[in-house]
Amino acid sequence: MQIYLPIAEVSVNAFLLLGLGGIVGILSGMFGVGGGFLMTPLLFFIGIPPAVAVATEANQIVASSFSGVLAHLRRKTVDLKMGTVLLIGGLIGAAIGVVLFNYLKAQGQVDLLVKLCYVVFLGVVGGLMFIESLRAIRRSRKPGGGAPVRRKHGLVHALPFKMKFRVSGLYISVIPPLLVGLAVGILAAIMGVGGGFIMVPAMIYLLGMPTKVVIGTSLFQIIFVTAFTTMLHATTNFTVDIVLAVLLLVGGVIGAQIGTRIGVKMKAESLRILLAMMVLAVCGKLALDLLLTPSELYSLGAAGGH
Amino acid sequence: MIRLFALLFVTLLPTIAAAQSEEIVLGLSRDEVAITATFNGSDVLIFGAVKRDAPLPEGGPLEVIITLAGPSEPVTVRRKERILGIWANRDQIEIDAAPSFYAVATSAPMGDALSAVEDLRHNITIPRAVNASGAPSELMDGLAFSNALIRIRAGEGLYQVLDSTIDFEEETLFRGQITLPAALTEGDYAIRIFLTRGGMIVDDYETTIVVYKAGLERWLYETSRNQPLFYGLMSLAIAIAAGWLASAAFRVFQR
Repeated sequence: MQIYLPIAEVSVNAFLLLGLGGIVGILSGMFGVGGGFLMTPLLFFIGIPPAVAVATEANQIVASSFSGVLAHLRRKTVDLKMGTVLLIGGLIGAAIGVVLFNYLKAQGQVDLLVKLCYVVFLGVVGGLMFIESLRAIRRSRKPGGGAPVRRKHGLVHALPFKMKFRVSGLYISVIPPLLVGLAVGILAAIMGVGGGFIMVPAMIYLLGMPTKVVIGTSLFQIIFVTAFTTMLHATTNFTVDIVLAVLLLVGGVIGAQIGTRIGVKMKAESLRILLAMMVLAVCGKLALDLLLTPSELYSLGAAGGH
Repeated sequence: MIRLFALLFVTLLPTIAAAQSEEIVLGLSRDEVAITATFNGSDVLIFGAVKRDAPLPEGGPLEVIITLAGPSEPVTVRRKERILGIWANRDQIEIDAAPSFYAVATSAPMGDALSAVEDLRHNITIPRAVNASGAPSELMDGLAFSNALIRIRAGEGLYQVLDSTIDFEEETLFRGQITLPAALTEGDYAIRIFLTRGGMIVDDYETTIVVYKAGLERWLYETSRNQPLFYGLMSLAIAIAAGWLASAAFRVFQR
């Protein structure tokens, strides 16, 4: 069944969108990631204009993270104070990101920027995750493994404006969380992702937050930052397609439920290594697109952007 | 007074027509196309007859050419170049007005049906229809850019050459069909019909089809442009509600 998307101005098969939403939903349920970093490139591939894909994906992430945050709030695994600090950084970052996005759109470089961001971040995160999980598997094979974890007193503890985060059990400067929030906000606006795949490692390794509050807190921040991004895109670019968002969402929510059940049955290390390989595959595909000679050197864009 | 003028007009009409020996009488399968949620392209059937007051004149067979053009809009064409090993957009050219859709159908191969001079005068073939709207020549290879525009749009089915697809019987009855793709923009679509003999235009006729978004599609589109703040908030609310409902429904279904 073909459906005409009013804002994207293209006609797409509704079941294809539901299916895409479902597949990405299964993956995000299995791995506990938002899936925005997979969905946005997939939307490019089926012919949704990049600007619409990025803005609509932000809208979809708000909705798909909503029920997650409610569950975490009930379990009290959200550090609201840390979340608010991350959020302040995130809102500033999102505003910068949208301004940058609009500027580069007028210059005709937005596709390149979005794709470069994907290649760099997916490459780094995927690579690190891959090495880390390989090590974890090797460690678990060795008897009596498990390196002692030492609390490092690095830069995070030397900076001023210290604040107490009771839920996380931390007493650190607010500058690092603000910067992490800022970086994630910029990414959310440019890449159409929640940024969980950057924020979660940053919260664990840079800020030293306990793992159990990391997911809830990052979801809390992501909801508000992507909601803000959605509003910015909707009011400056008019590129949020609600019909597209709802179709992806319905598929995504159902897929996520299935994915969660699959994820429970698999080992954590093998899940992580699968996710790392998937991230690297998406990264490789996008990198090849940038490096290989394209079959069509020319591209069309709406004029009058400057 | 008005009636008098009308009367005068009616009595004059046959004499004007007589000056022209062959004239187009047209029918259309539809004069508007509504884009609704399930819109998946649309066929436009264009049929008509040639009205004649005199016997068939000499000089080659009569041919029919039909063009259908969507609203023109400015387009930026960009060319990628390798910069530091990465393919990035570099040179760009702005074409002031290129039709968002353009189809040209003929009853015989274009070369036989139309002379180059008449093409120059009426901008009938695709390259003429695009360049006529004013492709700038500031860049040496401006032509490469407008050719790229035509190639890309042709690949998307937006520019169509339908050579020898018009049924033309007894040099009197003609019937052509143009398929509008699913990805259409709104606006007035101009239909032009040309009668040619020996490549020269004998008569032409113009009319329009209106393409517009209808129903929910129209409302969403207008709201997103006119009340973006409300639209954004509504999108968030709808998305959250839909996500919550879908997960609630799934949980019920699981039990």
